Amino acid sequence: MKSKVYENASEALHDIKSGCTIMSGGFGLCGIAENSINYLATCDLKDLTIISNNIGNSGRGLVKLLKKDMIKKAYCSYVGGNPDLEQRIFNKEIDVELVPQGTFSERIRAAGMGIRAFYTPTGHGTLVAEGKEVKEFDRPCILETALHADFAIIKAQKGDSFGNLWFKETARNFSPLMAMAAKTTIVEVEELVELGELQAEDIHLPGIFVQRIYQGEDYENAIEFKKTREE
Amino acid sequence: MSWTKHQMAQEVLNLIPEGSSINLGIGYPTLVSEILPEDHDYIIHSENGVLGVGRRPLENEVSPTLINAGKETITTMPGASFFDSSLSFGMIRGGHIDFCILGGMQVDSEGSLANWMVPGKKLTGMGGAMDLVNGAKEVIIMMGHYSKSGESKLVKLCDLPLTGKSVVDKIVTDKGVFAINNGKFKIVKLAQNVDKSEFNGDLFEN
Repeated sequence: MKSKVYENASEALHDIKSGCTIMSGGFGLCGIAENSINYLATCDLKDLTIISNNIGNSGRGLVKLLKKDMIKKAYCSYVGGNPDLEQRIFNKEIDVELVPQGTFSERIRAAGMGIRAFYTPTGHGTLVAEGKEVKEFDRPCILETALHADFAIIKAQKGDSFGNLWFKETARNFSPLMAMAAKTTIVEVEELVELGELQAEDIHLPGIFVQRIYQGEDYENAIEFKKTREE
Repeated sequence: MSWTKHQMAQEVLNLIPEGSSINLGIGYPTLVSEILPEDHDYIIHSENGVLGVGRRPLENEVSPTLINAGKETITTMPGASFFDSSLSFGMIRGGHIDFCILGGMQVDSEGSLANWMVPGKKLTGMGGAMDLVNGAKEVIIMMGHYSKSGESKLVKLCDLPLTGKSVVDKIVTDKGVFAINNGKFKIVKLAQNVDKSEFNGDLFEN
């Protein structure tokens, strides 16, 4: 098998240019591609389209790109917890398409699976349905189309040189779907393992969907709201 | 007198048979998970990709990759599973989740819900709420009865942008429990010392 291993973020992301569409995994700050995002924030980029559930949160993650005015258009489902984004939306400094989270994940999955569009009841009778075809099944449904990207930047706990991935706990979220939907998927891992080390039946995402992989470093793994109980 | 938030959470739980699968929204609904007995028989789903949410972690159990949809640290119960967002919303949209409990800004007498934006003032986004109200078998809204400015959040017709049209089954407020019934709010139960006369008029039904 041809190795897809790159040395670091700057090598793996070398061809990302202004105007690209980039999917970025993670739910809030859980499971985000920290190294790739930090590297992009140092680049001279503009007019990016970003597809990500939250576009960062609490001043971190993709907010670094927001603050440098690199993002022209964003697709996301949730703005709460991201005052930098909310402010830019009200000031009309960014074009945001809010997509219901289930429709968001399914539009991304559809792109990876070769499905061009699908009907869903989600959003019928709301602003989300405006301008969309409505069809009556057991109840009215709206037509939603697949969501593609030039690049996906995602993070996994473990991965091998073919790009087979294993995610930890709830860090999986949108990442495997985005990996399937992008032309070039760039993965950073906490542990780059030898081929064969991941058991075939334990692989969450087969490597066919991954083009580049690198060993990440210095993970912050930020917790947004730490809640604990007493003994 | 009205119910405290924790009493409201108990009233919500009273509406849900043991063994049910439940998705809990951000805000008030999170309180429901905090009053669950340790050996409860509910299956808690969180749309970020976990079925079988357990109690809060002990300090030494905290994991940054183990959170609920409110981005709060959690644990899992024996039998829990993790999955991606598409599968998670398949559970919701496919009708596999019995109850969803969501916060609200307005609910109207036709059962429509508004809870994701106040034009020009506040924008949280809908997150998973639009999928939840269309997918869960039963939708319960948990919210304060009156806004900060004293206006009823139970209205004839929502004037805020909708989350879903005719999707709500029951509402638990600090004043009582209400059910949507033929274009009216049927009073199921009132908090102690709350008088029925507070809910007169065309909108309510005893």
